[in-house]
Amino acid sequence: MLKNIFLSILAITLIIACNDTEEIDNGPNNDDFNRQGMLINLADNIIIPAYQNLNTKLDLLVSSKDIFISSPNLDNLNLIRSSWLNAYKSWQSVEMINIGKAEEILYHYQMNIYPTDINDIENNIAIGNVDLTHPNNNDAVGFPALDYMLFGLETTDTAIIQKYTSNVDAENYKMYLSDLVMQMKSLTELVLNDWTSSYKDIFTSSSSNSATSGVNMFINDFIFYYEKGLRANKIGIPAGNFSATTLPEKVEAFYNKEVSKILSLEALNAVQDLFNGKTYVGDSSNPSQPSLGSSFNDYLTYLDKSDLASLINDKFDIARQKIQLLDNNFFNQVNTDNVKMTQAYDALQTVVVLLKVDMLQVFNISVDYVDADGD
Amino acid sequence: MEKILNRYLKQETGAAPLAIIRIGFGLMMCFSIIRFWSKGWIEKIYISPKFHFSYYGFEWVQYLGDYTYLLFIICFFSAFFVAIGYKYRIAIIIFFLSFTYIELLEKATYLNHYYFISVFSFMLIFLPAHLYFSADSFISKKTYPKIPKWTTDSIKLLLSIVYIYAGLAKINSDWLFKAMPLKIWLPSKYDLPLIGENLMQENWVHFAMSWSGMIYDLTIPFLLFYRKTRWFAFALVVFFHVFTRVLFPIGMFPYIMIISSLIFFDASFHNKIISLIRRLLQFFFKLKLNKKPVLEKIQYPKKPKGLYIVIVFLAIQLLIPFRYGLYPGELFWTEEGYRFSWRVMLMEKMGYTTFKIVNGKTQDFFYVNNSDFLTSFQEKQMSFQPDLILEYAHYLGDHFTSQGHKNVKVFAESYVALNGRISQPFIRKDVDLYKEKESFKHKYWVLPFNDEIKGL
Repeated sequence: MLKNIFLSILAITLIIACNDTEEIDNGPNNDDFNRQGMLINLADNIIIPAYQNLNTKLDLLVSSKDIFISSPNLDNLNLIRSSWLNAYKSWQSVEMINIGKAEEILYHYQMNIYPTDINDIENNIAIGNVDLTHPNNNDAVGFPALDYMLFGLETTDTAIIQKYTSNVDAENYKMYLSDLVMQMKSLTELVLNDWTSSYKDIFTSSSSNSATSGVNMFINDFIFYYEKGLRANKIGIPAGNFSATTLPEKVEAFYNKEVSKILSLEALNAVQDLFNGKTYVGDSSNPSQPSLGSSFNDYLTYLDKSDLASLINDKFDIARQKIQLLDNNFFNQVNTDNVKMTQAYDALQTVVVLLKVDMLQVFNISVDYVDADGD
Repeated sequence: MEKILNRYLKQETGAAPLAIIRIGFGLMMCFSIIRFWSKGWIEKIYISPKFHFSYYGFEWVQYLGDYTYLLFIICFFSAFFVAIGYKYRIAIIIFFLSFTYIELLEKATYLNHYYFISVFSFMLIFLPAHLYFSADSFISKKTYPKIPKWTTDSIKLLLSIVYIYAGLAKINSDWLFKAMPLKIWLPSKYDLPLIGENLMQENWVHFAMSWSGMIYDLTIPFLLFYRKTRWFAFALVVFFHVFTRVLFPIGMFPYIMIISSLIFFDASFHNKIISLIRRLLQFFFKLKLNKKPVLEKIQYPKKPKGLYIVIVFLAIQLLIPFRYGLYPGELFWTEEGYRFSWRVMLMEKMGYTTFKIVNGKTQDFFYVNNSDFLTSFQEKQMSFQPDLILEYAHYLGDHFTSQGHKNVKVFAESYVALNGRISQPFIRKDVDLYKEKESFKHKYWVLPFNDEIKGL
């Protein structure tokens, strides 16, 4: 008995003694990592600016839409198309954030469900004045629906414009186009205002380690988005990774035919920038230089896992290179050389493993699995 | 030798300790079932999943759908009857069967402490826990103040096995020299009041807790056996289990261990508890003292059949945890021989496993979306356990074959991270798992572990 106690004390003392010397060079910081600081950086410098940018881009889309509707001609069609593209690019930085009001009002389901259902759209137009927020219309609204309305109604620009001018349902087409844009604008405003008025404080103060805390839900959602929203929806599904055949018509911005790569790259950059805590600056024309704030990367470094953080960045970079090799139009890419698509998918996939397995393990966060006992 | 054995078998002890264990265990089980139910876990774990992972050899277990609730009700009442000692032998048999059946329904929820409950209740079937301070004894007006010493000793031995094997498992290089996985787990407890933001973040705390955990497990049975250190040991038991309960989501297990370790105390201690319970019952239910029945005191038979079963059972318990030695490869990695061995809270392992369904003739393929078939909890568990991966691969193969897919082959792409190491490929990508059969043989398609963990 005495011997046992003696041995225990001896062992513990030895460990503490050994450990003291070790801590000098490579022990982790004794300062606790400031999770709240990380959340504040995410909210102030990434999330809210991204929503603000999207909101501004949607303002521009609203005015382009007004101009186009008042005089539908080729110039104005090109104007609204370019506003649509700018807003769509801006959206890519917001799509990964699905928490708070966005989650509550099913914002994502009303902004970017693709492929869009053109039968639903045409029916809605024929009926006129339908409830666009209805779940049945999730695949008939948002950016993909605008993609169809601006690029896919007919094969030539002249014929498209005719839908808004000489077609018997021209008024209905105009109204539907307008309703789509106004809905996107009002939803975005709702989400943005919630962040700036109250949700920011809720989010940044919710830094505990529980399944329902802001930080854990955000990390889970972030990884879920990367895996499903980005990797699967943008690349994997069109490439036929989840089906017996390829599904090229499922690419993002299918009717535009030129920008699916641009959108995917925007989305990937947004994900990587958030991982690194890089301040959101929006357009490249923005003169301010992005700065780095507290992030997942820093958190990993705090936990002695800077090797993992740089590995994740390396793999993000490789995935970007693979996407850059693709055709601007993923539809063409899938049909001509789908191997490049699946290679891009595989490169994106390596990061899923690092985020979902390695990063989550190191953070050891309570995830939104069934809250069962362990042993 | 035989003399010593015979002399030992003739030794007797008071019947109170076993009665207290019976009451404590029964009530704990009642409470566990209520807790499990109230958290909605019956629905989430046993009813809503489309597919259940089954234990090798127990694939015949039938899923009960909504009748699972009935099974829990049966389990609850049998536990209650065990507690009050009414029709004890039947009650404990029903409890053991119903509880074990529930556990056999879903392998993904395997927990050592559920296994402990099955093992413990199995032993209780053969122990005379109902002969004293029980409804059975009250009704039959017979009581046995003395029972053979081996009956309480067998419980002590079982608890010692649990602790010592848990301690032996901690003698490995990750636990002792890297403080893994505590180094991952403790810093994430930053929410804890007082210690979360400072102690839990300290490197030396991770090491101190790893080592003291190992020493605790290895020494606590001895400290409990010796009278002089017993109270000190019991205080340690309470402290250790409450502390781990605060740190980790381990449900009822700590309380069950605390109650079980009461068995080490002398009968006089338990008699005090019993008289306290008597007084409480009298106070609340106004049982009249003077109408207390006179209980006939009878000697318990010396060598009942149960003895031999318990001996064989404990011997098996001693051997099973060492079966991992029959397998090549790192135990933490392959998990061949990992379960049923009291390897408790020993590693942090996470995986990511996706499945590719290939047409063997045309080589066309597609990936499976796991969430179409598994709950997120099942997916998490499946992703790093080879036997679950294999069973699920077969399920997928059968499913897609029945959907009309031809020449179905199932390949897994799997990455696993163990104790903070960067994830590495886990399953051979070139092996058609649909062709592989579950067995006790080594699973050659699990890729070797890139590192080495030294130890038992």
